[in-house]
Amino acid sequence: MRRSRVRRKGNRLVNIVLAVICVIWLIPTIGLLISSFRPAADILSTGWWTIFPHRDWQTVERIELPRETDLRQPIEVLGATYTDEELRAGVTVDGRRLIWENRRARIVSVQEKRWTTTLRFTLQNYETVLGGKQYKIALPDGSTKTEQGSGMGRSFWNTVAVAVPSTIIPVFIASFAAYAFAWLRFPGRRVMFVIIVALLVVPLQVALIPILRDYTVLGLNGTYFGIWLAHSAFGLPLITYFMYNAVRQIPRDLFESAFMDGASNFTTFSRLVLPLTVPSLASICIFQFLWVWNDYLVALIFLGSLPDVQVLSMNIAGLAGSRGNDWHLLTAAAFVSMLMPLAVFFTLQRYFVRGLMGGSVKG
Amino acid sequence: MAPATATAKASSVGRIVWLLFISIMVPAVNVGVHGLIFWFFRDSPLHPIANALLAVAWGAAGVYSIFWSLNWVVEQYPDVWKRRILPFIYVGPAVLLLGWLLVIPTVRTLYLSFFDASSQTFVGLANYAAVFTDRLLATALRNNLLWVFFGTTLCVCLGLLIAILADRSSFERLAKTIVFMPMAISYVAAGVIWKFVYYYTPEERQIGLLNAIVKAFGGEPQAWLTMVQPWNNLFLIVILVWMQTGFAMVFFSAAIKNVPDDILEAARVDGAGELRIFFRIIIPYISGTILSVTTTIIVFTLKIFDVVMVMTGGQYGTEVVATQFYRQLFMYQNAGYGSTLAIVLLIAVTPVIWFNLRQFRREGGF
Repeated sequence: MRRSRVRRKGNRLVNIVLAVICVIWLIPTIGLLISSFRPAADILSTGWWTIFPHRDWQTVERIELPRETDLRQPIEVLGATYTDEELRAGVTVDGRRLIWENRRARIVSVQEKRWTTTLRFTLQNYETVLGGKQYKIALPDGSTKTEQGSGMGRSFWNTVAVAVPSTIIPVFIASFAAYAFAWLRFPGRRVMFVIIVALLVVPLQVALIPILRDYTVLGLNGTYFGIWLAHSAFGLPLITYFMYNAVRQIPRDLFESAFMDGASNFTTFSRLVLPLTVPSLASICIFQFLWVWNDYLVALIFLGSLPDVQVLSMNIAGLAGSRGNDWHLLTAAAFVSMLMPLAVFFTLQRYFVRGLMGGSVKG
Repeated sequence: MAPATATAKASSVGRIVWLLFISIMVPAVNVGVHGLIFWFFRDSPLHPIANALLAVAWGAAGVYSIFWSLNWVVEQYPDVWKRRILPFIYVGPAVLLLGWLLVIPTVRTLYLSFFDASSQTFVGLANYAAVFTDRLLATALRNNLLWVFFGTTLCVCLGLLIAILADRSSFERLAKTIVFMPMAISYVAAGVIWKFVYYYTPEERQIGLLNAIVKAFGGEPQAWLTMVQPWNNLFLIVILVWMQTGFAMVFFSAAIKNVPDDILEAARVDGAGELRIFFRIIIPYISGTILSVTTTIIVFTLKIFDVVMVMTGGQYGTEVVATQFYRQLFMYQNAGYGSTLAIVLLIAVTPVIWFNLRQFRREGGF
């Protein structure tokens, strides 16, 4: 074809540079994924990259010094003397390293650099993160600790209960409105639509304080219904605009013949408009769904962090705040929240990109 | 004839009564039924999965049934009335929802921004003066400028670079998928991913990737997010770049493919190098796309909230306007400052609103 002649494909330098960029882009996520399957003790003591073969100090021999060895005096090991500090940090002699293995029991370990991997994997992190019970985990120093599960399973279903209606409701409402804007004539039509276009990029912060006050009066704070309405309203300008463009593309003749056959507006909408705009509907549904699924701000303000309603993003943010060093939990939790978006992304990528390109101006 | 008119009259009276009846009853029944279901949901101790499924069913079926029943009522009206009222049934819910939860709140926020912390006393422009002079708030504004400038520049430049590289590489689809993937996940999850990359422990072994790399090259590990102010903002901006570059790239990639082959060919025949072609032909050709992607990312970056909230909570000099808004509202209970910050954000996006409206009118609009 012509295109292959004009555009030089597969230049080696281009490929190498791009591959490096791709690796940089992937590494943070891969690190998270690998870590989420490692035991807590391993995550906290070695980097996730140690699961790949690498050269590291390995104990080849243990030397038990006499119990009465005085640590304040130079210590004799294998015919040479070292100070306590040196043995604590590790001293290297002829490619071998001497280091305390157990200072109190006076055991020195002799180590050599060898190829090694730490291939210990577990599902314990996911169990702890998903459930809400108490779990025992092992720590790097060999002790065990009991920790509370973080109830991500519950949060997952809460997120479903928030995200699905928050997608369906505005898409329905916006499609009806888009149909009216595109094919019906009524007073105020132009003004209303201009307002919708203007609302496309309005930051939702400008609406939060008054809505919060209304919700407090109506008792809608912390309810699913309240957050559905909020998400619907925040998504409406974009979805209406997007669906308006889709509905307007339908040829006029189709409508005329439908009306000629005596179809009502409702029938035309349900039987003609909805089926013909399925690709657009799919795109905007996916966009809105992921938007709501990933949302943090709206959930933080209107839904709160009570366990029976809190969504995934709230749960993780809470974990990151209160247990910021428990990487075995954080990594697993983050990955649980990514499952749905990644599944949608990889199965429906075409629609996703389309929705995103149409929906880029969301406020 | 007389009895016929009488029946006609009687039936038309009956018809009006019937229309009035359904016009009142159908909305009332809708409110009643959905109110009851809402009540049930709010207080029900259901299993979360059952709750989710029921909520989903109600959300979908509820909206459709509201439209269907109201439409049915209007269909009973005489034709003239039907034509007049029906459009409002269709746009009604959207307009009501937008009015209640976006348009009126915006006006109310503007109003609140002229009042003090408890919204009692009128203070004129004092909140605006405070926002631009108070140290904390000024930091937020400065950081937002950093975000907008570095975030947008890096996203656009990298997006352009990757789009052009991908276009000439032999694994275009794969590369684009990889760079685009972060777009799908949440900022909270991305925050955790990068917090792990930046993680610092005072101990010997570093489990955070960045510190491990720094150490491998003989450097001193750092607490990137807390210690190195104001550069820690840049480490946060990297997260935005990681997520948004894919977005810019998708647009640029599509635009680059639209550059006509014959122009490129003509340039090559005239002996233009690849760099020259890129700067003199491709960039001018896709300048419209570059402009719209840039404005979109600027608008997005202005409102940045999640990343900062999850990574630092706005501490260590990383406050931005949106986090400060949250802090003023919930921690200091200062509705005056909160509203003012929201209005500052609104003012910042006004040029984009104006631009969108002009574009809409130019494309024909109505």
